[in-house]
Amino acid sequence: MNHWIIAPIVLPAVVAPFIIMVIRYHRDLQRVFSVASVVALNLIALVLLSQAMDGTIGVYELGDWPAPFGIVLVLDRLSALMVLLTTLLALAVVLYAIGSGWDTRGRHFHALFQFQLMGVLGAFLTGDAFNLFVFFEVLLIASYGLMIHGGGATRLRAGVQYVVYNLLGSTLFLFALGTLYSVTGTLNMADLAVRVAELPAEDTALLRVGAVLLLLVFAIKAAVLPLHFWLPASYANAPMPVAAFFAIMTKVGAYAILRLYTLVFGPEVAVTAGLVGDWLLPAALLTLAVGSIGILGARELGRLVAFSAIASMGTLLIAISLFTPQAATAAVYYVIHSTFATALMFLVADLVIERRGGRLAPTPPMPQGGVVAALFFAGAIALAGMPPLSGFIGKLLVMDASRASAQVWTVWAVILTTSLITIVGMARAGSILFWKSHDHSLRPPDLPEDEDDGAPEAPDHAPEPVPGLAFVPVFALLAALVALTVLAGPVMRYTEATAAQLFAPAGYIETVLQRPGS
Amino acid sequence: MEILLASAVGILTASGIYLILRQRSFPVIIGLSLLSYAVNLFLFATGRLALNQPPILNKYAEVAYTDPLPQALVLTAIVISFGMTAVVVMIALSAYLAARNDRIDMTGETGEDA
Repeated sequence: MNHWIIAPIVLPAVVAPFIIMVIRYHRDLQRVFSVASVVALNLIALVLLSQAMDGTIGVYELGDWPAPFGIVLVLDRLSALMVLLTTLLALAVVLYAIGSGWDTRGRHFHALFQFQLMGVLGAFLTGDAFNLFVFFEVLLIASYGLMIHGGGATRLRAGVQYVVYNLLGSTLFLFALGTLYSVTGTLNMADLAVRVAELPAEDTALLRVGAVLLLLVFAIKAAVLPLHFWLPASYANAPMPVAAFFAIMTKVGAYAILRLYTLVFGPEVAVTAGLVGDWLLPAALLTLAVGSIGILGARELGRLVAFSAIASMGTLLIAISLFTPQAATAAVYYVIHSTFATALMFLVADLVIERRGGRLAPTPPMPQGGVVAALFFAGAIALAGMPPLSGFIGKLLVMDASRASAQVWTVWAVILTTSLITIVGMARAGSILFWKSHDHSLRPPDLPEDEDDGAPEAPDHAPEPVPGLAFVPVFALLAALVALTVLAGPVMRYTEATAAQLFAPAGYIETVLQRPGS
Repeated sequence: MEILLASAVGILTASGIYLILRQRSFPVIIGLSLLSYAVNLFLFATGRLALNQPPILNKYAEVAYTDPLPQALVLTAIVISFGMTAVVVMIALSAYLAARNDRIDMTGETGEDA
């Protein structure tokens, strides 16, 4: 059996307790082990990608129990890509957290970060619906700790909201899984797909309830419109590097939708045909609209970036909700872009907030303002989907994929209008942050200490001037976006193959259930 | 039997949701606990209700058995919800100690939500 598949889960699961128990008082050692673990994870992810590249589906049976009875981990093109995306993002975030000193502002940052990585990677790799729930809980319980990292009254209260909202989501997840189990008698995704397809049409009322409940759960994670309320307050009040890593958490919801609603409740399954896409598309359009309006209306930088995360989730879910191979190609490309762009923007937001506070009001010029302004400009271009960077290609792909849909005019109108609104919102924020500060006639400079993120800002022992290391991951994320643009051709070939694999689930099912041929 | 269990799940869920919509963190946490009890009972029932039957197959005799998998699922769910409740109590407590009140809503900051 191929043991590489479990390595991305085992490694952080071993490193995190080691950090807590053995080196909890050695900050430098913690940093070394944390970075080493993330680098090793990147190498493992590359190995996994090279294994999945040719379309083989790897199956890892935990405890050597065959598939419908034991838990399996499944590696296909989509999982391999998401794992690599997560580890690349984790490398940038952990370097930034070290460079900016964020990891010293509270305890156990690195251990919690490793646990969160374990949860996210496990969620991408698992082939069992209940195991997906368990990995969701692992990543959530670590994210609760990361979310309130550094403390402060506002952050703690936002943390309570975040935890309560996600606990509700977990309860709903269990209800959905229970419903599915009571109808099908299995929770293995491949086995579910077989059973659902075999079910007689008159017995499917409960199954539909289960499918919609499950969609609601993933919509909570992905911050789709009526269920997005947790995101702005949580992300804006979380430490910004943590929020940058949370960019992958919303993608976990999107991934789960893409996985389960192509594999189990696929487009050709009569039971749930039209059930999901018809509801998800309007919700995704509204998500995009609300996200971009939020960008325009935000009065704080953190909230602005949080709303831009919602907007990019909206675009992504438009592509997913079309449920065609072409749209899935666009969706997978947009996942990569959106993760890097959102994370880049959160890190730039942290650079700004560290220097002048998060309020969108004129203040005196900040140190290194030119570099930060350039980075903000690049991030804004990427998020708004303007030509030079990959956001443009992503949005173009989504719009091109929607041409076959009946809703094509609505989709195009919403995407184009919200792009304009996003550009205006970002331009407004950028000019207030970086240009108005040079306008002396405006008002006597109020000191940048009125930061209302409520955190105890920079304890005495923290490194005061942000060292150059903090800029490295930010530029690396920008370079990743540039690479995604330049190498759009090879990436597109991979995402096309991924979409083809997703929409031909027979291979997945046969490999997992070990039924040779069909 | 079925009606008893179904109404228990229903009442627990309804009370849980009512409490979650309160504005103080203590009722919200109680509501979350009630909801997790409801979901545990619900999961338990997904393997069909069977009284006085073992959760194992007996290959020497033709006896009825109850589905063991929901029991394993419930066990996992109980452990997770227990841990989660502990975490939310700690976070709510530190939020209360930091702000000197236990209101759950964020007046001011979240006002401009869509």
